[in-house]
Amino acid sequence: MPTPSFDAIIIGGGVNGLACAGRLAQAGQKVLVLDAADTPGGGALTAEFAPGYRVDGLAHLVTHLDARMLAALKPEGHGLEWAVGSMATTALSSDGGHLTLNGAYGENVQGLDEDEAQRWAALRGRLLRHTEILRPLREITPPLPGKGGGKGNLLALGRAGLNLRRLGREDMQEFLRMILINVHDVVQEDLTDDRLRGLLAFDATLGTFLGPRSPNSLFLLWHRLSGDAGRIRWPRGGMGALASALAEAVRAAGAELRCAARVDRVLSDGDRATGVRLESGEEIAARCVISTANPRTTFLDLLGARQVETGLVRRLNNIRMRGTAAKLHLALKGAPDFRGADLRHRLVIAPSSDTVENAFNHIKYGEFSPAPVMEITCPTAHDSGFAPDGHHVLSIVAQYAPYSLRGGWEAGRDALQAAILKQLEAHAPGIGELVTAVELLTPADIAARHGLVGGSWHQGDLAVEQMLFMRPAVGIARYATPMPGLWLAGAGSHPGGGISGTAGWNAANEILGAA
Amino acid sequence: MKDTAAPSTPRSSNCIWDAVIVGAGHNGLVTANYLARSGLDVLVVEKNDWIGGAAVSRELYPGFTYSNCSYVCSLFRPEIMRDLDLPAHGLQVLPYEGGAVFQRDGGYLATYRDHEANRREIARHSPRDAENYDRYARDLMRHCRFIRPLLMRTPPDPASFKPRDLSEMAYLARQFLALGADEAADMVRFWTMSISDYLDEYFENDTLKAYMTVAAITGTALGPMSPGTAYVLLHHYMGDVDGNIGAWGYARGGMGAVSQALAASFRGAGGTLRENAPVARILVRSGRAEGVVLEDGEEILARRVISNMDVKRTFLNCMDPTDLPEAFLGRVRSFKSRGSSGKLNIALDGAPEFPALPDGSPCLRGDLHFTDSVERAERAYDDWKAGRWSADPFQDTMIPSMIDPTMAPPGKHFMSCFVQYCPPKLRNGADGERDWTDNDRDAFGKAVIDQIEDYAPGFKQRILHVEVRTPRELEAEVGLTDGNIFQGELTFDQLLFNRPVPGYAQYRGPVPDLWMCGSSTHPGGGVMGAPGRNAAAEILRSMRGGVGNRAEMRDAYPVL
Repeated sequence: MPTPSFDAIIIGGGVNGLACAGRLAQAGQKVLVLDAADTPGGGALTAEFAPGYRVDGLAHLVTHLDARMLAALKPEGHGLEWAVGSMATTALSSDGGHLTLNGAYGENVQGLDEDEAQRWAALRGRLLRHTEILRPLREITPPLPGKGGGKGNLLALGRAGLNLRRLGREDMQEFLRMILINVHDVVQEDLTDDRLRGLLAFDATLGTFLGPRSPNSLFLLWHRLSGDAGRIRWPRGGMGALASALAEAVRAAGAELRCAARVDRVLSDGDRATGVRLESGEEIAARCVISTANPRTTFLDLLGARQVETGLVRRLNNIRMRGTAAKLHLALKGAPDFRGADLRHRLVIAPSSDTVENAFNHIKYGEFSPAPVMEITCPTAHDSGFAPDGHHVLSIVAQYAPYSLRGGWEAGRDALQAAILKQLEAHAPGIGELVTAVELLTPADIAARHGLVGGSWHQGDLAVEQMLFMRPAVGIARYATPMPGLWLAGAGSHPGGGISGTAGWNAANEILGAA
Repeated sequence: MKDTAAPSTPRSSNCIWDAVIVGAGHNGLVTANYLARSGLDVLVVEKNDWIGGAAVSRELYPGFTYSNCSYVCSLFRPEIMRDLDLPAHGLQVLPYEGGAVFQRDGGYLATYRDHEANRREIARHSPRDAENYDRYARDLMRHCRFIRPLLMRTPPDPASFKPRDLSEMAYLARQFLALGADEAADMVRFWTMSISDYLDEYFENDTLKAYMTVAAITGTALGPMSPGTAYVLLHHYMGDVDGNIGAWGYARGGMGAVSQALAASFRGAGGTLRENAPVARILVRSGRAEGVVLEDGEEILARRVISNMDVKRTFLNCMDPTDLPEAFLGRVRSFKSRGSSGKLNIALDGAPEFPALPDGSPCLRGDLHFTDSVERAERAYDDWKAGRWSADPFQDTMIPSMIDPTMAPPGKHFMSCFVQYCPPKLRNGADGERDWTDNDRDAFGKAVIDQIEDYAPGFKQRILHVEVRTPRELEAEVGLTDGNIFQGELTFDQLLFNRPVPGYAQYRGPVPDLWMCGSSTHPGGGVMGAPGRNAAAEILRSMRGGVGNRAEMRDAYPVL
């Protein structure tokens, strides 16, 4: 093994890998980022799926981009522009009576009667206040119970506790009551409008293996809102443009990026990680190796189970990674008409909380939902570069579809596509006639394409029992691992995925000892 | 202050009791006992002509005693049994031997009280699972050890700055931090996970997992795949019979024996019990609870009123809303107490025969199950969500007369079938709901009996009498709102300091001198007695020097 020429090698050039690289490079470290794909970005990618039609290949909206990363790396200086700085959401109704939430998660709402609008304002206020308690926790290394977790982190934890106290008696009690409640009961209790109830139920459970009636589901809505307080953004040129701007910023900070370089081994001398071996056989030495790959993959495949203590192997195998969402990309020869809905909005089909729950029922048994709920964006409504003139593309995240379908995806994928299209047709009559090309990504396809085990976008389900010091597992939750020199920095670590870069940034802080 | 009249003498309305307790359920009787033993003059009023609430034995068919509602005993705190000397008043708990899960393919999985026997049986189905069974039992015991002492402590109010609350919070934090990171993680995961996910971390055999989910869904409006159900498992697991943690038994003479022993002990301590005395309203005058008004108009005055009824019934049915704070009322209204279970009590002409079991199998003396996969249990829950009773129900079936000869005439048997899921209201059309009818109830009963018949051919011919109980009957007879057997669902938003509602978890009602002691309060349902004991402790505490001889109240026994 040659003398290390890098301070750090980062496995994976997704947003977390880039964030980590940028932070380390700015701190003066010599950093190499290795990505298996041809372009960096991981789940933030924009690609052609049919001749002339492009779409965001996986994630299609920005809800939690890390503010520290943006401030330090300034991707705006490298071409990042926001096509939409605050995207509205329209909850579609099959009778055309849509509901639109404007501003940060419905600051103002169109389509509600006055009483319901007041109830919504009260609930929204409460949700955002409670979310504020969690926000400072995103940016810390999760403290371990029983041991000090670094002064800065304890301070952040203390601050969260203080904020909780500051809420006042009633609100604090509500926080503690609602922390593990299910979203269904909350919306049934506090709201009367089914469209709004359905939307909240959908947002809470999007990307999780939970239905709205599952306890703990409200927490995931808090988690979602704790990023950007409900603001949704979309970059000009799509998610791929965000990734390339970040990559440029990281290069400018001095890091080196190599694409089409798949790591197949983390090398160690038995005592510490010493570098990586690429699929090509090339070995690269470094003082530390930082993996943004799935934590299970990192330890059991890249490092090798023999180098991992049995208890940790068991914990790694117990991390639940169950993708629940499929992606459908549609090329359309004309503009779809969702009964007058504004195509520039995020469109959600989830007519009631029960609809979401019923859709969820199927995935428990390895079936896909025959009436899926979904989130739709229309890139061509913001940016003409995504399709030929007059044509459109839709990017759809549909729930629920399992990673392993009973009977197999080979046999089932056409039926899933038909189910999604049927649901679309009900809300945008005639849309079927406009379709010129379709790309369906089942959770199994997503797993294969992006190395996301189980099709889990977050490299481990977002669930209360897989958060903070339990993410990805106790013992490896503070980005450091039992193998000196090997670090985790991906979505599988706190605070999870979702194109934010927070895990990568936190890890870099920990590596620099700045935490 | 103690009134010297004989306890059985009816009082005139101008006499003032030290305490009147509404409802002679087991918790009400536990509270009554501790107060009476501390020298208070206590009256318990009960609406039915029998006592015990849901811990009751009744003869509805000649010669047979039914445990109409609750049917097994384990959770009842041994500390309370000792304090109140219940064995001397006739309570005897007979441990029962294991049970069986019948598989659709004609096989079965037996369970035994003995760990090693259980392990051998599991090995017959999966050697790997038998290995992991040791680890599972050890881990569960660890969680038990942490949680059991908390049952007998009043939850602190985290939003309060009172020294007592702060010090209790600090105590809990110390307990938690002392676990260390690994165990703390295991604990939090256990509290928040679904039982299905939790079992997947140990076992592969579906029948075994189905058996182990039983305790995690019993009585809850959750399915085995719902997060939070692992905790419910613990709630049922942390009981014991004679110090055998996790063991279950029958109260000799049915569950009514628990109530009868409590009543006998209470009377022995000088307390007064009035049956057939339904309370119409709790009296509030000049800002404090002053007594109760019975349905016939009789007023009973007392220095304090203690409700054993669930919170919804107490505050929404039996009180004037203008006497209560609006925010409190709102929280009580949204308190979740949806029933999820039904019950069949069956008199049998002879023992049912299950061809799957070997002759003379001891399994018949335990709990019998017909759900051999977690998926079937979860699908049964989907039925509940959709507002219908489960077509393929999940049952916890027992034949107590196999062990307790007092339950049925010689050669005949009493069978108790606890059934999930059974919604409080039935779905009517797309969005509507409707009440149960007698026809619905009978159809529900038939679904249960048909399921048993599938595994015990000829079973139907042996039936002499069936009592079918849906949430409707539970509410009408026992007074459990929406038929919820725990007086409120056991989800975290309704546990610990959140139970029954935030800010009122210390057994005090929102009006001075009004107290709560039912299963709606911490630590919740099951025939446990802990809420009643804790309420008594708080009441006695509030009296400071006012109590002469405070009744002995043991702290929780440690789990070894």
